[in-house]
Amino acid sequence: MTAAVAVAARDGGSRPFAGTGTLLRFALRRDRVTLPVWIAVTAVMVLSMPGTLEGLYGTAAERADLVGQLRANSALRAMTGPLLGDSLGALTAWRVGVYAAVLAAGLSLLTVVRHTRDEEESGRDELLRAGAVGRHAPLTAALLAAAVADAVLALLLAAGLSAHGTAGAVAFALGVAGAGLVFATMAAIAAQLTESARAARGLTAGTLGAAFVLRAAGDSGTADGSSPLTWLSPLGWAENVRAFTGERWWVLAVPAGAVLAQGAVAYALAGRRDVGAGLLPARPGPAYGRLGTAGALAWRLQRGGVLGWSLGFLVAGVVYGAMTKGAAELLADNEGTREVIARMGGEAGPADSFVSAMVGTLGMVAALYVVASALRLHAEETSGRAEPVLAGAVGRLRWAAGHLVAAFGGAVVLLLTAGCGYALGYGRDLGPILAACLVQVSAVWVVGGAAVLLLGLLPRAAPVAWAVAGAALLLGWIGPALDLPGALLDLSPFAHLPKLPGAGMEWRPVLVLLGLAGVLVATGVVGLRRRDVGG
Amino acid sequence: MTKAISVAGLHKSFGRTHALDGLDLEVETGEVHGFLGPNGAGKSTTIRVLLGLLRADAGTARVLGRDPWADAVDAHRRIAYVPGDVTLWRNLSGGEVIDLYGRLRGGLDGRRRAELVERFELDPTKKGRTYSKGNRQKVALVAAFASDVDLLILDEPTSGLDPLMEEVFRHCVAEERARGRTVLLSSHILGEVEELCDRVSIVRRGRTVESGSLAELRHLTRTSVTAELAGPPDGLAALPGVHGLDVRGSRVRLQVDTGHLDAVLRSLGRSGVRSLTSAPPTLEELFLRHYREQGAER
Repeated sequence: MTAAVAVAARDGGSRPFAGTGTLLRFALRRDRVTLPVWIAVTAVMVLSMPGTLEGLYGTAAERADLVGQLRANSALRAMTGPLLGDSLGALTAWRVGVYAAVLAAGLSLLTVVRHTRDEEESGRDELLRAGAVGRHAPLTAALLAAAVADAVLALLLAAGLSAHGTAGAVAFALGVAGAGLVFATMAAIAAQLTESARAARGLTAGTLGAAFVLRAAGDSGTADGSSPLTWLSPLGWAENVRAFTGERWWVLAVPAGAVLAQGAVAYALAGRRDVGAGLLPARPGPAYGRLGTAGALAWRLQRGGVLGWSLGFLVAGVVYGAMTKGAAELLADNEGTREVIARMGGEAGPADSFVSAMVGTLGMVAALYVVASALRLHAEETSGRAEPVLAGAVGRLRWAAGHLVAAFGGAVVLLLTAGCGYALGYGRDLGPILAACLVQVSAVWVVGGAAVLLLGLLPRAAPVAWAVAGAALLLGWIGPALDLPGALLDLSPFAHLPKLPGAGMEWRPVLVLLGLAGVLVATGVVGLRRRDVGG
Repeated sequence: MTKAISVAGLHKSFGRTHALDGLDLEVETGEVHGFLGPNGAGKSTTIRVLLGLLRADAGTARVLGRDPWADAVDAHRRIAYVPGDVTLWRNLSGGEVIDLYGRLRGGLDGRRRAELVERFELDPTKKGRTYSKGNRQKVALVAAFASDVDLLILDEPTSGLDPLMEEVFRHCVAEERARGRTVLLSSHILGEVEELCDRVSIVRRGRTVESGSLAELRHLTRTSVTAELAGPPDGLAALPGVHGLDVRGSRVRLQVDTGHLDAVLRSLGRSGVRSLTSAPPTLEELFLRHYREQGAER
């Protein structure tokens, strides 16, 4: 980090790092629940994989057979990356490596933004900075907190996987931690650019999503991760270390270089701006306003999110569609693979099952949107902004309704946008793809309903809705690979959806989910009308 | 005349904390009513109950003749509220927020809005994040004073204002009273309360301990007397109503219950008075007495 330190010393005034240790301890204390839980979930997901695989494919011959079948499957490669070896370690790295890297990246970016821009935006940071705290201490403490978390995760992964080859275990752990640090420093840059923590998180998480899509597109086209698209993605770097399959240690220099470069940029930006300000100055607004209702206010607050997410879903849809097209062409040339995948996908054609899997992923990501959007109500309430609005002639229901329409309606818009993009990229009929997207709405709304229920009945626990969406995502992505019991997998609303467009439409589960969502929302709203606000 | 606010026996608990413990509050229509009490006495909790944001555990509350919980929306058309800690949306300008608040109530008087923006020297084009605490309060105050309402509920509205702006605020409250509007003013600034309020209620630990007009309350307080005497004082300690007697040579300091002032002055006169200062009872003393009592109970 010498470059970063040099920049920091130039722009940070005297003793720019004073107080970093205290702030770091303070940050770790504040995150004493979040970080261990997140690390534990990630570690358990990875470390339980070898045992599961061994149970399913005990002998080397069975595994070699499996690898032979899966290696050419571009759809699977898009989801998990290339499969290069048949050892238990190699299979584990293939099956969960990308997801471990995504989780480390998410953990790191949220930690950095929470301890930098979040603190500045709320003004809590000012009181700390008024103490004997150097200009760069808060940023450094935030980065170190993320680094501590990534290091603990890496240690757990390396130790837990060492039975399958020490070199491979260390390479895998470093790849995952490297992805974490890349997104930690990226979040550090975003936190300097934007004035709001929400925007900083959105910017970095959007980059993470783009990295996933880039890597998926690259890997669906090549069998060994050598596509330039994969190399453009920080998530592709971890995969290209090739843990357990002839480690390429030099690849780790790529994330290391990115961390140094991004860190230097973040410190340079931090030294050039005022505390509390972004790099883009706030422009004056209108002296008179047109907003006149709680609904208009809600839309004004939510529209940026709906637009941003829609754009992301459109791009993801187009890329996924293009991948499906490529995969379908590849499959048409290969009789054997077609048979294998047709068997796996039941009666559906392989391309259809690919569409179904991709649309399912989009649905689970839309569940994150619905939670983010519904929890706006929570933010409005805890910040005190809701109070003067509710002191106006605005009922609780009207106040909540605007935000809930944006959350639940916005989710539909996102999925339809993604569907249109998908059809465009795939070059096929819009109808069946839109139908597959719309089916997701019922499960997305159930997750949104859980958020509303919490908001109404247990407002302090409202952020737990994130865990609900996260659990649905994890169960859907890696639950089946972990060979979890069916009852556990069935906890996710997404597990019950008909697999359109290949499989036939089943109305019963969709209607049951819609009914459940309705009950959750109604109960939450009744609770919201009866309880104390703010308090 | 109906009461603007009528509260009796209000109880509210948060977990084990009893924020309100049988609080009473009567505000007549058309008066400016001071609402005083130490931090944590239950002032803001009472105001939140009056706004229907919190539901009381027991007791009755009527605001403008309505139940504040059940008929919140109807009541709020006639109420303007200014919280002690104003938070704004970072991406909305002050002007947009003023107009929004006004429209969410009974509507906004455009001419009065323009006039108030000028008087408070507020730049309405700035965005929420860039306002200081005092300027955020001005946004809420302009919206409240320009709104077409019958009752203003102001919760420590001047805590971030500079003295000049405080002066503007006092003029505005006086104008509101002249227009026949009712104001409930929660405040720590006693000069402000003494100047503006017709009646005050003092709350402590979720209960009303004193309520009445300032003249009535002053009667309960003590006058401070400092005198330089020709000879040694005589028999002062034995007089009824004398407190805190401090004699240093010929210099005497004491406090006396206002009803017993006459006897004390005559006693002083017997010793020969060279100089005399007498401070009238202030609200501050009344206030401090109640605050200290709370400290002593702890």
